[in-house]
Amino acid sequence: MRRRVVITGMGCITPLGMGLEALWEGLVTPRRVISRITHFDPTGYSTQIAAEVRDFDPKQFMDGKEARRTSRFIQFALATTQFALDDAQLSITPDNAERIGVLIGSGIGGIDYMDSQVRVLDREGPHRISPFLPAMMIADMASGMTSIRYGLKGPNLCVVTACSTGADALGLAMRTIQYGDADVMIAGGTEAAINPIGIAGFCAARAMSTRNDDPEHASRPFDAERDGFVMGEGCGIVVLESLEHALARGARIYAELKGYGMSADAYHITQPDPEGDGARRAMQNAIRDAGLTPEQIDYINAHGTSTRYNDAKETLAIKRVFGERAYQLPVSSTKSVTGHLLGAAGAVEAIACVLALRHQTLPPTINYEHPDPECDLDYVPNTARPATLKHVMSNSFGFGGHNTALVMSQYEG
Amino acid sequence: MNQEIFERVQKVIVEQLDKRPEEITLETNLAEDLQADSLDLVELAMALEQEFDVTIGEDEAEQVRTVADAVRLLTAKLGAENE
Repeated sequence: MRRRVVITGMGCITPLGMGLEALWEGLVTPRRVISRITHFDPTGYSTQIAAEVRDFDPKQFMDGKEARRTSRFIQFALATTQFALDDAQLSITPDNAERIGVLIGSGIGGIDYMDSQVRVLDREGPHRISPFLPAMMIADMASGMTSIRYGLKGPNLCVVTACSTGADALGLAMRTIQYGDADVMIAGGTEAAINPIGIAGFCAARAMSTRNDDPEHASRPFDAERDGFVMGEGCGIVVLESLEHALARGARIYAELKGYGMSADAYHITQPDPEGDGARRAMQNAIRDAGLTPEQIDYINAHGTSTRYNDAKETLAIKRVFGERAYQLPVSSTKSVTGHLLGAAGAVEAIACVLALRHQTLPPTINYEHPDPECDLDYVPNTARPATLKHVMSNSFGFGGHNTALVMSQYEG
Repeated sequence: MNQEIFERVQKVIVEQLDKRPEEITLETNLAEDLQADSLDLVELAMALEQEFDVTIGEDEAEQVRTVADAVRLLTAKLGAENE
Protein backbone atom coordinates (compact mmCIF):
# COMPACT_ATOMS: atom_id res chain seq x y z
CA MET A 1 0.00 0.00 0.00
CA ARG A 2 1.76 3.14 -1.10
CA ARG A 3 1.69 6.24 1.05
CA ARG A 4 -0.68 9.11 0.31
CA VAL A 5 0.95 12.45 -0.50
CA VAL A 6 -0.57 15.82 0.31
CA ILE A 7 0.30 19.42 -0.49
CA THR A 8 0.76 21.46 2.67
CA GLY A 9 2.61 24.53 1.48
CA MET A 10 3.01 26.52 -1.72
CA GLY A 11 5.00 29.50 -2.93
CA CYS A 12 5.52 31.20 -6.24
CA ILE A 13 7.22 34.04 -8.05
CA THR A 14 5.51 34.79 -11.34
CA PRO A 15 5.17 37.71 -13.74
CA LEU A 16 2.03 38.51 -11.73
CA GLY A 17 4.16 39.21 -8.66
CA MET A 18 5.42 37.66 -5.47
CA GLY A 19 3.31 34.96 -3.88
CA LEU A 20 0.09 33.02 -4.18
CA GLU A 21 -2.31 35.92 -3.83
CA ALA A 22 -0.72 37.85 -6.68
CA LEU A 23 -0.95 34.72 -8.84
CA TRP A 24 -4.56 33.86 -8.07
CA GLU A 25 -5.87 37.44 -8.19
CA GLY A 26 -4.02 37.99 -11.45
CA LEU A 27 -5.51 34.83 -12.96
CA VAL A 28 -9.15 35.29 -11.97
CA THR A 29 -9.25 39.05 -12.48
CA PRO A 30 -6.89 38.79 -15.40
CA ARG A 31 -3.99 41.20 -15.42
CA ARG A 32 -2.07 41.79 -18.62
CA VAL A 33 1.62 41.56 -17.80
CA ILE A 34 3.13 40.72 -21.18
CA SER A 35 5.02 43.64 -22.67
CA ARG A 36 8.17 44.64 -24.48
CA ILE A 37 11.29 43.04 -22.95
CA THR A 38 13.16 45.27 -20.51
CA HIS A 39 15.81 42.84 -19.22
CA PHE A 40 17.85 43.65 -22.35
CA ASP A 41 17.34 45.60 -25.55
CA PRO A 42 15.41 43.20 -27.81
CA THR A 43 15.81 45.30 -30.96
CA GLY A 44 16.56 43.01 -33.87
CA TYR A 45 14.98 39.90 -32.32
CA SER A 46 11.93 38.48 -34.11
CA THR A 47 10.21 38.24 -30.71
CA GLN A 48 10.61 41.34 -28.52
CA ILE A 49 7.99 40.59 -25.84
CA ALA A 50 7.88 38.48 -22.70
CA ALA A 51 6.27 38.11 -19.28
CA GLU A 52 9.02 39.37 -17.02
CA VAL A 53 9.28 39.27 -13.25
CA ARG A 54 9.98 42.90 -12.42
CA ASP A 55 9.53 43.22 -8.67
CA PHE A 56 12.09 40.66 -7.49
CA ASP A 57 14.99 41.97 -5.42
CA PRO A 58 17.42 39.14 -4.56
CA LYS A 59 18.90 41.22 -1.75
CA GLN A 60 15.67 40.80 0.19
CA PHE A 61 16.54 37.11 0.40
CA MET A 62 20.35 36.93 0.47
CA ASP A 63 23.38 39.11 1.03
CA GLY A 64 25.15 40.85 -1.83
CA LYS A 65 27.92 38.30 -2.11
CA GLU A 66 25.53 35.39 -2.34
CA ALA A 67 23.33 37.24 -4.82
CA ARG A 68 26.33 37.94 -7.02
CA ARG A 69 27.40 34.29 -7.15
CA THR A 70 23.89 32.94 -7.68
CA SER A 71 22.06 32.77 -10.99
CA ARG A 72 18.60 34.28 -11.24
CA PHE A 73 16.91 30.88 -11.61
CA ILE A 74 18.52 29.81 -8.33
CA GLN A 75 17.66 33.11 -6.62
CA PHE A 76 14.03 32.50 -7.57
CA ALA A 77 14.19 28.99 -6.08
CA LEU A 78 15.77 30.13 -2.80
CA ALA A 79 13.19 32.87 -2.31
CA THR A 80 10.20 30.77 -3.37
CA THR A 81 11.22 27.92 -1.07
CA GLN A 82 11.14 30.39 1.81
CA PHE A 83 7.59 31.35 0.83
CA ALA A 84 6.56 27.69 0.64
CA LEU A 85 8.16 26.69 3.95
CA ASP A 86 6.55 29.67 5.67
CA ASP A 87 3.21 28.78 4.11
CA ALA A 88 3.54 25.17 5.33
CA GLN A 89 4.64 26.37 8.79
CA LEU A 90 7.28 23.67 8.59
CA SER A 91 10.36 24.14 10.73
CA ILE A 92 13.51 22.21 9.93
CA THR A 93 15.00 20.51 12.99
CA PRO A 94 17.80 17.99 13.56
CA ASP A 95 15.06 15.41 14.03
CA ASN A 96 13.37 15.86 10.65
CA ALA A 97 16.09 17.32 8.38
CA GLU A 98 17.25 13.95 7.05
CA ARG A 99 13.70 13.04 5.99
CA ILE A 100 13.12 16.27 4.02
CA GLY A 101 14.36 16.33 0.44
CA VAL A 102 14.44 18.75 -2.47
CA LEU A 103 13.56 18.21 -6.12
CA ILE A 104 13.59 21.50 -8.01
CA GLY A 105 14.06 21.37 -11.76
CA SER A 106 14.95 23.94 -14.36
CA GLY A 107 14.50 23.51 -18.08
CA ILE A 108 17.27 25.89 -19.09
CA GLY A 109 19.45 26.55 -16.04
CA GLY A 110 21.96 29.40 -16.03
CA ILE A 111 22.25 29.93 -19.76
CA ASP A 112 22.86 33.69 -19.48
CA TYR A 113 25.90 33.33 -17.27
CA MET A 114 27.28 30.56 -19.47
CA ASP A 115 26.82 32.90 -22.44
CA SER A 116 28.73 35.73 -20.77
CA GLN A 117 31.56 33.39 -19.76
CA VAL A 118 31.93 32.03 -23.29
CA ARG A 119 32.56 35.62 -24.35
CA VAL A 120 35.23 35.95 -21.66
CA LEU A 121 36.78 32.69 -22.86
CA ASP A 122 36.95 33.97 -26.43
CA ARG A 123 38.25 37.40 -25.47
CA GLU A 124 40.60 36.72 -22.56
CA GLY A 125 41.24 32.98 -22.44
CA PRO A 126 40.52 30.19 -19.97
CA HIS A 127 42.32 31.72 -16.96
CA ARG A 128 39.69 34.48 -16.78
CA ILE A 129 36.75 32.11 -16.40
CA SER A 130 34.92 32.47 -13.10
CA PRO A 131 35.23 29.65 -10.57
CA PHE A 132 31.50 30.08 -10.11
CA LEU A 133 30.64 29.17 -13.71
CA PRO A 134 29.68 25.54 -12.99
CA ALA A 135 27.61 26.51 -9.96
CA MET A 136 25.87 29.34 -11.83
CA MET A 137 25.10 27.21 -14.88
CA ILE A 138 24.09 23.68 -13.92
CA ALA A 139 20.39 23.12 -13.46
CA ASP A 140 20.69 20.95 -10.34
CA MET A 141 22.19 23.82 -8.36
CA ALA A 142 18.72 25.15 -7.47
CA SER A 143 18.14 21.96 -5.47
CA GLY A 144 21.69 21.93 -4.17
CA MET A 145 21.69 25.51 -2.91
CA THR A 146 18.19 25.14 -1.48
CA SER A 147 19.34 22.17 0.61
CA ILE A 148 22.40 24.10 1.79
CA ARG A 149 20.47 27.20 2.72
CA TYR A 150 17.64 25.46 4.58
CA GLY A 151 19.56 22.46 5.93
CA LEU A 152 17.48 19.86 4.07
CA LYS A 153 19.39 16.57 4.22
CA GLY A 154 17.06 14.13 2.48
CA PRO A 155 17.10 13.12 -1.21
CA ASN A 156 18.41 15.96 -3.39
CA LEU A 157 17.55 15.74 -7.05
CA CYS A 158 16.93 17.65 -10.23
CA VAL A 159 14.84 16.74 -13.25
CA VAL A 160 15.19 18.37 -16.67
CA THR A 161 12.40 17.63 -19.14
CA ALA A 162 12.06 20.99 -20.90
CA CYS A 163 8.57 22.41 -20.35
CA SER A 164 7.45 19.31 -18.42
CA THR A 165 10.15 19.91 -15.80
CA GLY A 166 8.03 21.48 -13.08
CA ALA A 167 5.34 18.81 -13.35
CA ASP A 168 7.88 15.98 -13.36
CA ALA A 169 9.52 17.46 -10.27
CA LEU A 170 6.20 17.22 -8.42
CA GLY A 171 5.47 13.75 -9.77
CA LEU A 172 8.89 12.32 -8.96
CA ALA A 173 8.89 13.97 -5.54
CA MET A 174 5.53 12.34 -4.90
CA ARG A 175 7.05 8.97 -5.82
CA THR A 176 9.99 9.65 -3.48
CA ILE A 177 7.55 10.05 -0.60
CA GLN A 178 5.31 7.17 -1.68
CA TYR A 179 8.33 4.90 -1.79
CA GLY A 180 9.46 5.98 1.67
CA ASP A 181 12.72 7.73 0.76
CA ALA A 182 11.51 10.96 2.36
CA ASP A 183 8.57 12.20 4.44
CA VAL A 184 8.60 15.71 3.00
CA MET A 185 9.79 16.99 -0.38
CA ILE A 186 10.31 20.58 -1.48
CA ALA A 187 9.38 20.26 -5.14
CA GLY A 188 8.98 22.56 -8.09
CA GLY A 189 10.47 24.29 -11.08
CA THR A 190 12.37 27.52 -11.65
CA GLU A 191 13.30 29.40 -14.79
CA ALA A 192 14.93 32.65 -15.87
CA ALA A 193 15.66 32.51 -19.58
CA ILE A 194 14.53 35.96 -20.69
CA ASN A 195 18.01 36.92 -21.80
CA PRO A 196 19.59 37.43 -25.21
CA ILE A 197 20.73 33.87 -25.84
CA GLY A 198 17.57 32.32 -24.36
CA ILE A 199 15.25 34.46 -26.46
CA ALA A 200 17.40 34.11 -29.60
CA GLY A 201 17.26 30.31 -29.39
CA PHE A 202 13.49 30.16 -29.16
CA CYS A 203 13.18 32.83 -31.86
CA ALA A 204 15.24 30.63 -34.16
CA ALA A 205 13.07 27.61 -33.29
CA ARG A 206 10.07 29.68 -34.50
CA ALA A 207 8.22 28.76 -31.32
CA MET A 208 7.31 32.21 -29.98
CA SER A 209 4.69 34.80 -30.82
CA THR A 210 5.93 37.71 -32.90
CA ARG A 211 2.95 39.90 -32.04
CA ASN A 212 5.38 42.60 -30.92
CA ASP A 213 2.94 45.44 -31.64
CA ASP A 214 0.25 43.99 -29.38
CA PRO A 215 1.97 42.10 -26.56
CA GLU A 216 -1.04 42.07 -24.25
CA HIS A 217 -2.89 39.84 -26.70
CA ALA A 218 0.06 37.74 -27.84
CA SER A 219 -0.55 34.74 -25.55
CA ARG A 220 -3.87 33.45 -26.90
CA PRO A 221 -4.09 29.69 -26.39
CA PHE A 222 -6.69 27.85 -28.50
CA ASP A 223 -7.60 31.06 -30.38
CA ALA A 224 -7.54 30.76 -34.17
CA GLU A 225 -5.08 33.66 -34.45
CA ARG A 226 -2.47 32.30 -32.03
CA ASP A 227 1.07 32.46 -33.38
CA GLY A 228 3.34 31.03 -30.70
CA PHE A 229 4.08 31.13 -27.00
CA VAL A 230 5.25 34.09 -24.95
CA MET A 231 8.17 33.39 -22.65
CA GLY A 232 7.69 33.98 -18.96
CA GLU A 233 9.95 33.47 -15.98
CA GLY A 234 9.57 32.61 -12.33
CA CYS A 235 9.30 29.72 -9.94
CA GLY A 236 6.74 27.51 -8.27
CA ILE A 237 7.50 25.42 -5.19
CA VAL A 238 5.22 23.12 -3.22
CA VAL A 239 5.74 21.32 0.05
CA LEU A 240 4.71 17.69 -0.44
CA GLU A 241 4.27 15.58 2.61
CA SER A 242 3.21 12.04 3.44
CA LEU A 243 -0.32 12.16 4.80
CA GLU A 244 0.71 10.67 8.14
CA HIS A 245 3.51 13.24 8.55
CA ALA A 246 1.13 16.07 7.75
CA LEU A 247 -1.51 14.79 10.16
CA ALA A 248 1.03 14.18 12.91
CA ARG A 249 2.12 17.78 12.91
CA GLY A 250 -1.37 19.16 12.38
CA ALA A 251 -0.54 20.74 9.04
CA ARG A 252 -3.13 22.48 6.91
CA ILE A 253 -3.76 20.26 3.88
CA TYR A 254 -4.43 22.11 0.63
CA ALA A 255 -5.03 19.06 -1.55
CA GLU A 256 -3.88 15.54 -2.28
CA LEU A 257 -1.43 14.93 -5.12
CA LYS A 258 -3.03 11.78 -6.37
CA GLY A 259 -1.83 10.89 -9.85
CA TYR A 260 1.27 11.17 -12.01
CA GLY A 261 1.43 10.08 -15.64
CA MET A 262 4.37 10.13 -18.02
CA SER A 263 4.94 9.28 -21.65
CA ALA A 264 7.10 10.10 -24.63
CA ASP A 265 5.92 10.97 -28.13
CA ALA A 266 8.96 9.32 -29.75
CA TYR A 267 8.14 11.52 -32.73
CA HIS A 268 9.91 14.90 -33.17
CA ILE A 269 12.16 17.25 -31.21
CA THR A 270 9.73 20.18 -31.09
CA GLN A 271 6.43 19.13 -32.69
CA PRO A 272 3.84 17.07 -30.85
CA ASP A 273 2.65 13.73 -32.17
CA PRO A 274 0.11 14.47 -34.95
CA GLU A 275 -2.52 12.33 -33.17
CA GLY A 276 -1.72 13.71 -29.72
CA ASP A 277 -0.77 10.16 -28.82
CA GLY A 278 1.84 10.90 -26.14
CA ALA A 279 -0.34 13.51 -24.46
CA ARG A 280 -3.27 11.07 -24.43
CA ARG A 281 -1.21 8.36 -22.76
CA ALA A 282 0.22 10.75 -20.14
CA MET A 283 -3.32 11.82 -19.15
CA GLN A 284 -4.58 8.23 -19.06
CA ASN A 285 -1.59 7.14 -16.99
CA ALA A 286 -2.15 9.95 -14.49
CA ILE A 287 -5.86 9.20 -14.13
CA ARG A 288 -5.15 5.49 -13.64
CA ASP A 289 -2.36 6.28 -11.15
CA ALA A 290 -4.85 8.36 -9.18
CA GLY A 291 -7.25 5.42 -9.05
CA LEU A 292 -9.87 7.44 -10.92
CA THR A 293 -11.74 7.24 -14.20
CA PRO A 294 -11.91 10.04 -16.82
CA GLU A 295 -15.53 10.78 -15.77
CA GLN A 296 -14.26 11.98 -12.39
CA ILE A 297 -11.96 14.72 -13.71
CA ASP A 298 -13.65 18.12 -13.28
CA TYR A 299 -11.12 20.49 -14.90
CA ILE A 300 -7.91 20.43 -16.91
CA ASN A 301 -5.26 23.12 -16.66
CA ALA A 302 -3.95 22.66 -20.18
CA HIS A 303 -0.40 22.92 -21.37
CA GLY A 304 -2.03 25.38 -23.81
CA THR A 305 1.06 27.22 -24.99
CA SER A 306 -0.57 29.28 -27.75
CA THR A 307 1.44 27.53 -30.45
CA ARG A 308 -0.46 26.29 -33.48
CA TYR A 309 0.52 22.65 -33.00
CA ASN A 310 0.33 22.25 -29.24
CA ASP A 311 -3.15 23.61 -28.76
CA ALA A 312 -4.66 21.61 -31.64
CA LYS A 313 -2.97 18.34 -30.68
CA GLU A 314 -3.64 18.75 -26.96
CA THR A 315 -7.32 19.30 -27.81
CA LEU A 316 -7.30 16.14 -29.91
CA ALA A 317 -5.66 14.19 -27.09
CA ILE A 318 -8.26 15.41 -24.58
CA LYS A 319 -11.04 14.20 -26.90
CA ARG A 320 -9.38 10.81 -27.17
CA VAL A 321 -9.22 10.47 -23.39
CA PHE A 322 -12.64 11.88 -22.51
CA GLY A 323 -14.75 11.06 -25.59
CA GLU A 324 -18.00 13.02 -25.89
CA ARG A 325 -17.57 14.28 -22.33
CA ALA A 326 -14.61 16.37 -23.53
CA TYR A 327 -17.14 18.97 -24.69
CA GLN A 328 -18.52 19.39 -21.17
CA LEU A 329 -15.12 19.41 -19.47
CA PRO A 330 -13.66 22.85 -18.73
CA VAL A 331 -10.11 23.24 -20.02
CA SER A 332 -8.16 26.46 -19.58
CA SER A 333 -4.66 27.73 -20.14
CA THR A 334 -3.34 30.07 -17.47
CA LYS A 335 -0.38 30.70 -19.78
CA SER A 336 -2.70 33.17 -21.48
CA VAL A 337 -2.05 35.37 -18.43
CA THR A 338 1.38 34.35 -17.14
CA GLY A 339 3.13 33.51 -20.36
CA HIS A 340 5.03 30.24 -20.57
CA LEU A 341 7.36 29.74 -17.61
CA LEU A 342 9.09 26.79 -19.35
CA GLY A 343 10.59 24.59 -16.64
CA ALA A 344 8.62 26.39 -13.93
CA ALA A 345 5.30 26.18 -15.79
CA GLY A 346 4.22 22.75 -14.54
CA ALA A 347 4.81 23.69 -10.92
CA VAL A 348 3.09 27.08 -11.13
CA GLU A 349 0.15 25.51 -12.96
CA ALA A 350 -0.15 22.75 -10.35
CA ILE A 351 -0.37 25.56 -7.79
CA ALA A 352 -3.06 27.22 -9.92
CA CYS A 353 -4.96 23.93 -9.88
CA VAL A 354 -4.77 23.68 -6.10
CA LEU A 355 -5.99 27.27 -5.80
CA ALA A 356 -8.83 26.45 -8.22
CA LEU A 357 -9.81 23.53 -5.93
CA ARG A 358 -9.61 25.77 -2.91
CA HIS A 359 -11.66 28.60 -4.39
CA GLN A 360 -13.96 26.29 -6.43
CA THR A 361 -13.30 28.62 -9.33
CA LEU A 362 -12.02 28.05 -12.85
CA PRO A 363 -9.29 30.45 -13.99
CA PRO A 364 -9.98 31.56 -17.56
CA THR A 365 -8.15 31.45 -20.86
CA ILE A 366 -7.84 35.10 -21.81
CA ASN A 367 -7.48 36.59 -25.29
CA TYR A 368 -9.90 34.01 -26.61
CA GLU A 369 -11.67 35.74 -29.50
CA HIS A 370 -11.70 33.65 -32.68
CA PRO A 371 -12.81 30.01 -32.54
CA ASP A 372 -10.53 27.54 -34.27
CA PRO A 373 -12.33 24.50 -35.74
CA GLU A 374 -9.50 22.32 -34.43
CA CYS A 375 -9.95 23.72 -30.92
CA ASP A 376 -13.60 23.31 -30.05
CA LEU A 377 -13.72 22.61 -26.30
CA ASP A 378 -14.87 24.76 -23.37
CA TYR A 379 -11.75 26.82 -22.73
CA VAL A 380 -13.34 28.95 -19.98
CA PRO A 381 -13.00 31.94 -22.29
CA ASN A 382 -11.92 35.26 -20.82
CA THR A 383 -13.84 35.16 -17.53
CA ALA A 384 -13.35 33.10 -14.37
CA ARG A 385 -16.36 31.13 -13.24
CA PRO A 386 -17.44 29.12 -10.22
CA ALA A 387 -17.47 25.34 -10.51
CA THR A 388 -17.71 22.27 -8.31
CA LEU A 389 -14.22 20.81 -8.39
CA LYS A 390 -13.08 17.60 -6.74
CA HIS A 391 -10.43 16.18 -9.05
CA VAL A 392 -8.40 18.36 -11.44
CA MET A 393 -5.58 17.64 -13.85
CA SER A 394 -2.62 19.66 -15.10
CA ASN A 395 -0.86 18.89 -18.39
CA SER A 396 2.74 19.71 -19.28
CA PHE A 397 4.57 18.78 -22.45
CA GLY A 398 8.18 19.47 -23.35
CA PHE A 399 10.52 19.71 -26.32
CA GLY A 400 11.95 16.25 -26.83
CA GLY A 401 8.48 14.76 -26.62
CA HIS A 402 8.14 14.54 -22.83
CA ASN A 403 4.52 14.40 -21.67
CA THR A 404 3.40 14.72 -18.08
CA ALA A 405 0.06 14.93 -16.33
CA LEU A 406 -0.70 15.42 -12.65
CA VAL A 407 -3.99 14.80 -10.86
CA MET A 408 -4.79 16.79 -7.72
CA SER A 409 -7.84 16.19 -5.55
CA GLN A 410 -9.72 17.71 -2.67
CA TYR A 411 -8.35 16.09 0.46
CA GLU A 412 -10.72 13.63 2.10
CA GLY A 413 -9.64 11.86 5.26
CA MET B 1 53.21 49.27 2.83
CA ASN B 2 52.10 51.11 -0.24
CA GLN B 3 48.92 53.01 0.69
CA GLU B 4 47.71 53.35 -2.89
CA ILE B 5 48.01 49.61 -3.51
CA PHE B 6 46.26 48.89 -0.21
CA GLU B 7 43.35 51.13 -1.17
CA ARG B 8 42.96 49.46 -4.53
CA VAL B 9 43.06 45.99 -2.93
CA GLN B 10 40.53 47.17 -0.36
CA LYS B 11 38.23 48.40 -3.12
CA VAL B 12 38.40 45.04 -4.96
CA ILE B 13 37.64 43.11 -1.77
CA VAL B 14 34.70 45.39 -0.98
CA GLU B 15 33.22 44.62 -4.39
CA GLN B 16 34.02 40.91 -4.52
CA LEU B 17 33.06 39.92 -1.01
CA ASP B 18 30.35 42.51 -0.38
CA LYS B 19 32.12 44.02 2.66
CA ARG B 20 32.39 47.54 4.08
CA PRO B 21 35.78 49.28 3.61
CA GLU B 22 36.24 49.67 7.39
CA GLU B 23 36.13 45.88 7.76
CA ILE B 24 39.32 45.60 5.73
CA THR B 25 42.70 46.42 7.27
CA LEU B 26 46.16 45.08 6.54
CA GLU B 27 45.75 42.54 9.32
CA THR B 28 42.45 41.19 7.99
CA ASN B 29 42.53 37.47 7.28
CA LEU B 30 40.53 36.75 4.14
CA ALA B 31 39.20 33.34 5.13
CA GLU B 32 38.82 33.81 8.87
CA ASP B 33 37.68 37.43 9.08
CA LEU B 34 35.85 37.82 5.79
CA GLN B 35 34.51 34.24 5.42
CA ALA B 36 36.02 33.92 1.94
CA ASP B 37 35.81 30.30 0.74
CA SER B 38 38.14 28.66 -1.78
CA LEU B 39 36.05 29.80 -4.75
CA ASP B 40 35.97 33.36 -3.41
CA LEU B 41 39.76 33.35 -3.17
CA VAL B 42 40.15 32.18 -6.78
CA GLU B 43 37.78 34.90 -7.92
CA LEU B 44 39.47 37.50 -5.77
CA ALA B 45 42.86 36.63 -7.28
CA MET B 46 41.35 37.04 -10.75
CA ALA B 47 39.86 40.40 -9.83
CA LEU B 48 43.22 41.57 -8.48
CA GLU B 49 44.91 40.42 -11.70
CA GLN B 50 42.51 42.58 -13.66
CA GLU B 51 42.76 45.57 -11.34
CA PHE B 52 46.57 45.57 -11.38
CA ASP B 53 47.07 44.05 -14.83
CA VAL B 54 49.41 41.36 -13.50
CA THR B 55 49.42 37.57 -13.49
CA ILE B 56 49.18 35.78 -10.17
CA GLY B 57 50.26 32.12 -10.17
CA GLU B 58 48.22 29.50 -8.33
CA ASP B 59 51.00 28.86 -5.82
CA GLU B 60 51.41 32.61 -5.27
CA ALA B 61 47.67 32.99 -4.65
CA GLU B 62 47.75 30.15 -2.14
CA GLN B 63 50.30 32.03 -0.03
CA VAL B 64 47.95 35.00 0.36
CA ARG B 65 46.14 34.76 3.70
CA THR B 66 45.86 38.38 4.80
CA VAL B 67 45.33 41.69 3.07
CA ALA B 68 48.96 42.54 3.87
CA ASP B 69 50.05 39.37 2.01
CA ALA B 70 48.14 40.56 -1.05
CA VAL B 71 49.56 44.08 -0.86
CA ARG B 72 53.10 42.68 -0.49
CA LEU B 73 52.67 40.33 -3.44
CA LEU B 74 51.26 43.05 -5.68
CA THR B 75 53.89 45.58 -4.60
CA ALA B 76 56.60 43.08 -5.54
CA LYS B 77 54.98 42.32 -8.89
CA LEU B 78 54.47 45.97 -9.81
CA GLY B 79 57.99 46.82 -8.63
CA ALA B 80 59.46 44.03 -10.75
CA GLU B 81 57.62 45.33 -13.78
CA ASN B 82 58.83 48.89 -13.26
CA GLU B 83 62.46 47.90 -13.02
